[in-house]
Amino acid sequence: MTQKATESLVVDNLNVSIEGQPILKNINVFFPVNKITCIVGPSGCGKSTLLRCLNRLTENIDGFTIKGSVLIDGQDIVTADDEHLIELRRHVGLVPQRPCPLPMSIYDNVAYGCRIHGMHTRKHEMDETVERYLTEVGLWDEVKDRLRRPATRLSIGQQQRLCLARSLAVEPDFILADEATSALDPISSKTIEELFVRLKEKYTIIMVTHTLPQALRIADYAVFLYLGEIVEEGDASQVFRSPKNELTKRYLSGLFS
Amino acid sequence: MTHIRKRQLEEKVMRVVMLIATLIVLGAVVSILGTILIRGCKALSWEMVSRFPGKEWNTAPDGGFLNAILGSLYVVIPAAVIGACISIPVVFYITMYKRRRTGVSYIIRLAFDVLYGIPPIVYGAFAFLVMVGVGMRASVLGGIMVTVLLIVPMMIRSGDEIAKTVPDEMVDAVYSLGATKWETVWVVLKHILPGMLTAFLLAVGRAIGDAAAVMFTAGFSDQPAHSLSDPTATLPLAVFNWIIMPDPFPGRAYAAALVLTILVLTLSIASRVITRRITRLNK
Ligand SMILES: Nc1ncnc2c1ncn2[C@@H]1O[C@H](COP(=O)(O)OP(=O)(O)OP(=O)(O)O)[C@@H](O)[C@H]1O
Ligand SMILES: [Mg+2]
Repeated sequence: MTQKATESLVVDNLNVSIEGQPILKNINVFFPVNKITCIVGPSGCGKSTLLRCLNRLTENIDGFTIKGSVLIDGQDIVTADDEHLIELRRHVGLVPQRPCPLPMSIYDNVAYGCRIHGMHTRKHEMDETVERYLTEVGLWDEVKDRLRRPATRLSIGQQQRLCLARSLAVEPDFILADEATSALDPISSKTIEELFVRLKEKYTIIMVTHTLPQALRIADYAVFLYLGEIVEEGDASQVFRSPKNELTKRYLSGLFS
Repeated sequence: MTHIRKRQLEEKVMRVVMLIATLIVLGAVVSILGTILIRGCKALSWEMVSRFPGKEWNTAPDGGFLNAILGSLYVVIPAAVIGACISIPVVFYITMYKRRRTGVSYIIRLAFDVLYGIPPIVYGAFAFLVMVGVGMRASVLGGIMVTVLLIVPMMIRSGDEIAKTVPDEMVDAVYSLGATKWETVWVVLKHILPGMLTAFLLAVGRAIGDAAAVMFTAGFSDQPAHSLSDPTATLPLAVFNWIIMPDPFPGRAYAAALVLTILVLTLSIASRVITRRITRLNK
């Protein structure tokens, strides 16, 4: 059941500063639909900040100012009022760097988002939904006998997949992943990678990674960020294999050698 | 070699200093508890905690100080409930809506810090002035009012500290699902509940043992209080009043102190037990 994500995600002239310090300068990106976009760049260049802007998870940052717009299917999330913000955020799922299960059972972790949005109000519908998304992330067989147990008891890799299932359950169109595999062992990160490749049929995936081999394996589109500016962007193979920009070249060779 | 010697000597000296400091604290605790236990147990009897003062109370052993025990409970229990009802929403507000360090949240926090720093006697004096202003007598109600004033800043302050332990990742995770701030409160509630409960019980423990606050506001009486406008005896004030009086009062003071100590200890032990229970359930 392939269902194309129809919505578009466009960053238009985004400028961000934190406590007066410019962090992102003049960012313009059009994230290709149903593709995996990798954002790469040296530490501190603003990758996480950019990702956070995409669903406006910036409210907890002290002294944060933002200019420009992030258009989700034409609607600007930067200036959205509270009501629209909630709806827009539902369209953008987040897989954090460190998995953070909510303090509730495995079942409720997946069901929570649906409940607050009033989706699948019948019990059997909710049961099906939970099973569907846990299966989708390859967790169902591991946890089906302990759905009512606290999610914090899962291993880190399992928690990461649970967080993904939780995001998917509210039916987003975009998935943001910030170094989602950096806390995982090679096998678990492989699982997540394969999952992303499978998921891009239905979702548009935007991920940050420090592992260039990983980016090479799964990225379709690449954005190279340096000191808060986009230095180069384009098809992943072109950016990674024959970068045009001097900085990109140096960054890539530094990490490959 | 000599450098290593010096470092090892430093280590030894510091360890002795720490040990001495710990012993001083332990010594103080043991001697206080010892005094209260030994003298209190000598004077305490079932009659003292189960009966009101009799006719001969002021000159001989006749009756007990149930009026003070009940008085303390009459004042503290409603104050605890009201205090919790006021401070918990405040904690939620500054946690969820004022999480960022902005000017407004800074001023709010500063205000609560100031409130926290005000000594109970000043609260007592303030409440007394208000009561005089509106023509109210020292009464259970007055005691409740000032005890609320005492509990609220303590709870807000510890609540704020506890709320800071909620990981940003968790808040972000809930927001990213499209939850409102209010819905997010319910998710993080489970995380902060044990801490809030501890803070609550400790605040109540502090409040129940405070004589200065209730001195002007609740008054003192040998009769049990029958309504909110009756003055009432309270345990800390009973200790305060009786300790320097001639026999048979000092014995009663120790007995009352023992009862008070047991009440407060029960509260803090309960808070520990409950915290452990809840954290185990959550893990
Ligand atoms: N809460 C904050 N307060 C102040 N400065 C911040 C905050 N968050 C990020 N910054 C600053 O913004 C810049 C970009 O940070 P960001 O986390 O986006 O980098 P990054 O590219 O994700 O780095 P990394 O690869 O190490 O995760 C950094 O210079 C950082 O110091
Ligand atoms: Mg980062």
